[in-house]
Amino acid sequence: MRQSGMSRFAKAVRIVLATLREIFDEAAYERFLSRTRTPSSIKAYAAFREEFEEARTRRPKCC
Amino acid sequence: MNKALSTSAWVAVAVLGAGAVGVVAVRRGEPINALWLVVAATCCYALGYRFYSSFIAAKILALDSRRATPAERLENGRDFVVTNKWVVFGHHFAAIAGPGPLVGPVLAAQFGYLPGTLWVLAGAVFAGCVQDFVILLFSVRRDGKSLTEMAKEEIGVIGGVVAYAAVVAILIILLAVVALVIVNALKDSPWGTFTIAMTIPIALLMGLYLRRIRPGKVLEVSALGFILVLLAIWGGQWASLNPVVAPVFTLRAQTLAILIIIYAFAASAVPVWLLLAPRDYLSTFVKLGTIGLLGIGIVALHPTLHMPALTRFVDGSGPIFAGKIFPFAFITIACGAISGFHSLISSGTTPKLIARETQTRMVGYGAMMCESAVAVMAIIAACSLQPGVYFAINSPAGLVGQTATAATSTISGWGFSVTAADMQHLARAVGEQTLFNRTGGAPAFAVGMASIFSQSLGGETLMALWYHFAVMFEALFILTVLDAGTRVARFMIQDALGHIYKPLGRTSWYPSILATSALIVAAWGYFLWQGVKDPLGGINSLWPLFGIANQLLATVALCVATTIIIKMHRTRYAAVTLVPLLWLVAVTFTASWQKILDRNPRIGFLAQARVLAEGPATTATARLIFNNRLDAAVTAVLVVMVALVLIESVRQWIGVLSGREESRVKESPFVMTRLAEDLR
Repeated sequence: MRQSGMSRFAKAVRIVLATLREIFDEAAYERFLSRTRTPSSIKAYAAFREEFEEARTRRPKCC
Repeated sequence: MNKALSTSAWVAVAVLGAGAVGVVAVRRGEPINALWLVVAATCCYALGYRFYSSFIAAKILALDSRRATPAERLENGRDFVVTNKWVVFGHHFAAIAGPGPLVGPVLAAQFGYLPGTLWVLAGAVFAGCVQDFVILLFSVRRDGKSLTEMAKEEIGVIGGVVAYAAVVAILIILLAVVALVIVNALKDSPWGTFTIAMTIPIALLMGLYLRRIRPGKVLEVSALGFILVLLAIWGGQWASLNPVVAPVFTLRAQTLAILIIIYAFAASAVPVWLLLAPRDYLSTFVKLGTIGLLGIGIVALHPTLHMPALTRFVDGSGPIFAGKIFPFAFITIACGAISGFHSLISSGTTPKLIARETQTRMVGYGAMMCESAVAVMAIIAACSLQPGVYFAINSPAGLVGQTATAATSTISGWGFSVTAADMQHLARAVGEQTLFNRTGGAPAFAVGMASIFSQSLGGETLMALWYHFAVMFEALFILTVLDAGTRVARFMIQDALGHIYKPLGRTSWYPSILATSALIVAAWGYFLWQGVKDPLGGINSLWPLFGIANQLLATVALCVATTIIIKMHRTRYAAVTLVPLLWLVAVTFTASWQKILDRNPRIGFLAQARVLAEGPATTATARLIFNNRLDAAVTAVLVVMVALVLIESVRQWIGVLSGREESRVKESPFVMTRLAEDLR
């Protein structure tokens, strides 16, 4: 079935938001919460950053 | 019917593209509209993606959507995560797009708009996109291994060691050259310096907000940070006019260099969440928005290109950097055409997110096309300036003269008319005291971008705000590269030192953190200082050095790719990576030869040292002589290392093709995917 213009637009917006959430590590934080089965909190975010930071900062960023 | 329609459409795209490239290439003597470049680029990218990348995907790589990728097989919710292809595309693009595609094309515009444009289009379609695509796929087939690991496995230990050393060398030179760009953009500019200084407390505030108030809400805090940065730009105008504040932020190049070195050392040693991560988020937020805005602005306003197609400097006497189009245009523009650095990202995070092999084409080839489009925008921004203005901004005072009258007289003598009054008016319009001698490309790009936007949005009254927005955007980019690059280089050094003495390899051990941070910052800081003190502006020496290093890494990546293709028994198609490889070898080896040995002191490091030694001795002479010899030695070491990889690769190819060596690629075994059809 062909998608309507509106649903195509909604899908595009969803993808843009998902992309931004991935780039900005929000998605990674959510995966961390779901993997460790903890609710979001200051403590959980600190634990996430601790686990995530070394791997993240090893990523090269291009010139 | 559908096939006939599709064929007709692609024929139309090819005809349109050929026409646009023809106009760009053939038109002489009168300005052309930027839309010709946009049309030429769009058609070239569309044809390259539709036909060339699909040929590579089908005939060489044999992409298989049934084969499980490491993201699926090794999924752990951390590094290996099956991700939507558009999300991976955006993530990959955000990682490869830095200040390089904005700065390099602006510098190469000294040859005119034609050489840069042709190299950006051909280089991206036939070399850069191919490199990113094949390295990404080969990494996906090897559980997301890095370029260094693949070089070691497929070419041998020498390949691995050289790739490692080349990466460290590139990082050091890159950090020095981008720091120099920022120094040249901010020197004697209280407005720009104030704005950039304010991004540090803004980043700290964002870090604390994320950590203590709204954990994990990065998009929200980035939007907040962006608003604060806009306020800082507005506040910069006030700072530049305030008699008490303005002198505090009016800094000389040397002072700025010292402050940047101190800042980078601190940023490398403090916790990531406090400064580096929030600045990275802010920079990405501004970067994606500004690139989009610039693209829309260029298409909507389609400025006229005042720069001629070819300038008199094709003879190698250019004021921005000396040397002829071949090889120097091809090392000056790296990101935007082909950049070895991209191979690190294509074999870094991205292969661990890819859900399907078939998606590597869109992510690897497609994202590089977008980066190339950013380079086309930079060419348009630079070439839309009056050539006299462009050269007045980008030429070092040591070459054109210390005073406004001397500089404009020299530049007008080249045939590019400009007056001191024109430059004074422009400087006032963008809120600066002067725009002379602002080498490095960033200020020229900022003036070009501000001119384009001010044509429709706010006119000359908002030009100063646009200019400082563009400077802030580039400086934010560059500071992020400095933060992240220093840290990445630190980790690499710690990894290596850990083999000698274990505690040095521990990334949480503070004596090791401080020692290795100091080592890296001292290394690039030395080159930065050398650039700041260079009477020819520094860019003339450092940017070619960076270009050579970056393209040599691309040579290593293409050696790895060609070796794997030959081992895959696809030798008849090896030209796809072999031709770009041979081109890069020709470019980088010629450039290195000339930078070391050319008799023209503006080109050859050793000739420059000789002239200095024979000239009148000043307090700086001995240091300048040493610096030139050091630059020559660094270039020679890089070339010798890459020559070793090349020899080792050719030895492998001959061994495999003659049947003396076993032709076995080190791929992970085939595992059938379990993912649903829609993810393929």
